[in-house]
Amino acid sequence: MTGSPGVEGESRDILSVEGLSLSFGGLAALADVNLSVREGSITGIIGPNGAGKTSLLNCISGFYRPQRGRVTFDGKDVTRVAPDRRAALGIGRTFQNVALFEGMSVLDNVKLGAHARLRSGILSTMAFTPRARREELELREQVENEVFDFLEIEHLRHRTVGSLAYGLQKRVDLARALAMRPRILLLDEPVAGMNEEETEDMARFILDVQEERGVTIVLIEHDMGVVMDLCDRIAVLSFGERIAAGTPDEVRRDPEVIRAYLGEEAA
Amino acid sequence: MSEGLVHLLQLLVSGVVTGGIYALVAMGFVVVYKATRVINFATGEFMMLGAFFAWTAMGAVQAPFVVALLAAVAASALLGMATERLVLRPLLGQRTISVIMVTIGLAAIFKGLAQIAWSGDYRSYPSIFPRAPIELGPILLPSRQFYPFLIAVAAIALVGLGFRFTRTGVAMRATADDQMAAFGMGIDIRRIFSLSWSLAAMTAAVAGIVVGIIGGISPQLGAIGLRTFPVVILGGLDSIGGALVGGVIIGVLENLAGGYVDPLLDGASLKEVVPFVVLVLTLMVRPYGLFGTREVERL
Amino acid sequence: MLIGNYKETYASDEALFRTPATRAWMGAAAVAAILFPFVAGDYVLYLANLMAVLALSAVGLNILVGFTGQISLGHAAFMGVGAYATAILASRFGLPFWISIPAGGALATGAGMIVGAPSLRIKGLYLAIATLSAQVIFEWVFTNWTSVTGGIRGLNVAPASIAGFRLDTDERIYFLVLGVTVVHFLLASNLRRSRWGRAFVAVRDRDVAAEIVGVNLFRTKILAFMVSSYYAGIAGGLWVYFTKVVTPETFPLSLSIQFLAIVIVGGLGSIKGTVYGTVFMTLVPEVLKAGTGLARVVWPAAQSYLFPLRDVVFGLLIVVFLIFEPHGLAEVWNRVKRFFSLWPFEK
Repeated sequence: MTGSPGVEGESRDILSVEGLSLSFGGLAALADVNLSVREGSITGIIGPNGAGKTSLLNCISGFYRPQRGRVTFDGKDVTRVAPDRRAALGIGRTFQNVALFEGMSVLDNVKLGAHARLRSGILSTMAFTPRARREELELREQVENEVFDFLEIEHLRHRTVGSLAYGLQKRVDLARALAMRPRILLLDEPVAGMNEEETEDMARFILDVQEERGVTIVLIEHDMGVVMDLCDRIAVLSFGERIAAGTPDEVRRDPEVIRAYLGEEAA
Repeated sequence: MSEGLVHLLQLLVSGVVTGGIYALVAMGFVVVYKATRVINFATGEFMMLGAFFAWTAMGAVQAPFVVALLAAVAASALLGMATERLVLRPLLGQRTISVIMVTIGLAAIFKGLAQIAWSGDYRSYPSIFPRAPIELGPILLPSRQFYPFLIAVAAIALVGLGFRFTRTGVAMRATADDQMAAFGMGIDIRRIFSLSWSLAAMTAAVAGIVVGIIGGISPQLGAIGLRTFPVVILGGLDSIGGALVGGVIIGVLENLAGGYVDPLLDGASLKEVVPFVVLVLTLMVRPYGLFGTREVERL
Repeated sequence: MLIGNYKETYASDEALFRTPATRAWMGAAAVAAILFPFVAGDYVLYLANLMAVLALSAVGLNILVGFTGQISLGHAAFMGVGAYATAILASRFGLPFWISIPAGGALATGAGMIVGAPSLRIKGLYLAIATLSAQVIFEWVFTNWTSVTGGIRGLNVAPASIAGFRLDTDERIYFLVLGVTVVHFLLASNLRRSRWGRAFVAVRDRDVAAEIVGVNLFRTKILAFMVSSYYAGIAGGLWVYFTKVVTPETFPLSLSIQFLAIVIVGGLGSIKGTVYGTVFMTLVPEVLKAGTGLARVVWPAAQSYLFPLRDVVFGLLIVVFLIFEPHGLAEVWNRVKRFFSLWPFEK
């Protein structure tokens, strides 16, 4: 795992997005977006619906190829790198619609998160050779200790994901991302649809992940309480453009931001 | 004109004519795919049933050809609607491969039922068209191929224009493209699905009758459906114009292979296998075909 | 629902047979399977061998369709590749079965790689079409490449032998078939619980999310297809020693569709289900045959309806199971078990 978050001025940018432009047919989803994320920090991305927040995350994950611009992770240009390779490099992700694998148990879903880290080939897994067996048991231990214990979902391990309440599904989504041992975590609306208690739990988990494991966090959220409490820096998107960026206080007072939200409740 | 050139021209023209008929068959697949994103593996069997409906009308009731054709088309439309309601609607929302497998099951059911109802014997339509072959300069075209070709082209044009210019056609394309958006625009999705399958069955019926005129009618007629896949893929799964172009290309290639290469092989015939080799090549080089739309996925 | 089934170590939780009850059943089944050929009649033994080979092949298809969510319409053709490879190596080069059968499997795997590679780069739907093409092309090759495949007459193969001991009766070949099938079933069960099994199911359920989480879609799909082809190839090789002959008519498109029916009816993604599906789909034609045989007494033409009836019944089974019981017979059995585990209480 990476070291603890650096002191102001000492840490570097682990992720930077430069001049990112993305369009579908004639529709521009992102226009010349810039973003830099300091290692070990928590960065929030907010904005009205349709602003392009998820599209931005998708570009960082590798699912969308931007027409223009560059994504740099850990010093490497990953703009043309396939999504599964980016995961192997340490970019973890949760999804707005949870996107769990309904045909598998919670345990299998979480184990799948570690797929890119594992080495067993198809023949050794089928024959369950001693080496494959060892890797699988080690994985089980790691997942239990690092993820299930941490997120308090041990009792759910053999349940099918479809039978879980929404809040728990989101926790499993996070568990799957953590199983990867990511260096950076992209969270897409991690507390959407949660009640107050669940939201507090999730916020605590996110903070713990950042503090205890030094994982950089980038999160999209609509819940302003969570955003203002957790984030070191916030970027604001509106209609595909970045209209503001800075500390929570700076952003809260920015007239552009207030204008973008006019007519919407900033809760 | 030299004999070699005449031979070549004969093969080419024959190929175009055969191709037009392939295109009509291919259109059955395209119509379904264009409207529902599903590959209907029972298209061949819808064809076969349409051919049998027409044959029964002409045989049992002595109906003239045009009436029998229309009756068969109407019956097939009903069959298409019933299929959609009973078999496909329960699967709405399930994975596409489940729907495809259901169409495979349907194909088996239709084929078995046809054999039970009409027995496995070969039937043929009574003589419908003038017998005289068509002469295009030195080229001779059997009337049995030429008139069906005309029907095929007319049907393709009708359906193609319908999709482009009628409101229902546009609604179908919209539904296939983005169900949620179409629904939001006030399009009745269920009605569109019902219509799409009816239209596919109707097209298949005409194709089946055409094929039946050329080669006779039997429960095995549906096999030609699967043999038309190369045309569908080459043209593009959702392009009617592509089906036409693809059909002609495959028809010509088949004939050229049959005319020039087959005599060199003793006993074997390349004709059956050439289209599938073309299909494999298409998948490797240009999987969406000549005119198909590239699919973009959204997360 | 299992009551009182608690595990104390991760290792025991990860084991293949997790409860004493399951282990007992497996043991009993093993004993029954070994004693079976000595008590069964000739025709039943023949059916058992047939079902074992079909089940082996069907498990391969289930790995592709049930686990990974791809469709293959050419499974029979890959069996044919394995069968012909085995037959050629055995009859023309005199190689023993323990070389020719694995070689058949390897060749089928190679064929799978070639067929799968172009179409698996695009949407899964295209694999159905590519495998259909493979079915047509391979059948054409089997029929027309007379110098190698014996053309329409096919190839005859001498019975398998181990150091002079010939496996030329159904009883003797039974043990070979049983052994190979059971081993491959175990391999498939291991696969399901392992890293690659999870990747397969992830690709089936949400391929986009799977890719973002680190699964290489192409590599996963092509591996699934290669495993599936391998199983088909091995089954084809076994078939050759079982029937001692292979012709181009042995592996037609309708057999590929039968395999699809087996995995659907048995339960997509369930290995146990594949056994149920194979037994069910093999017995259905037998029942139909008996039924039309009986009906012949009052209705002489009944027997001519056997084949079309079979088609209708197969098709109906596919449609009905897909609509009402997509998890197949395996799920039906689970429900029965659950009902009885709490009986006479309701839920």
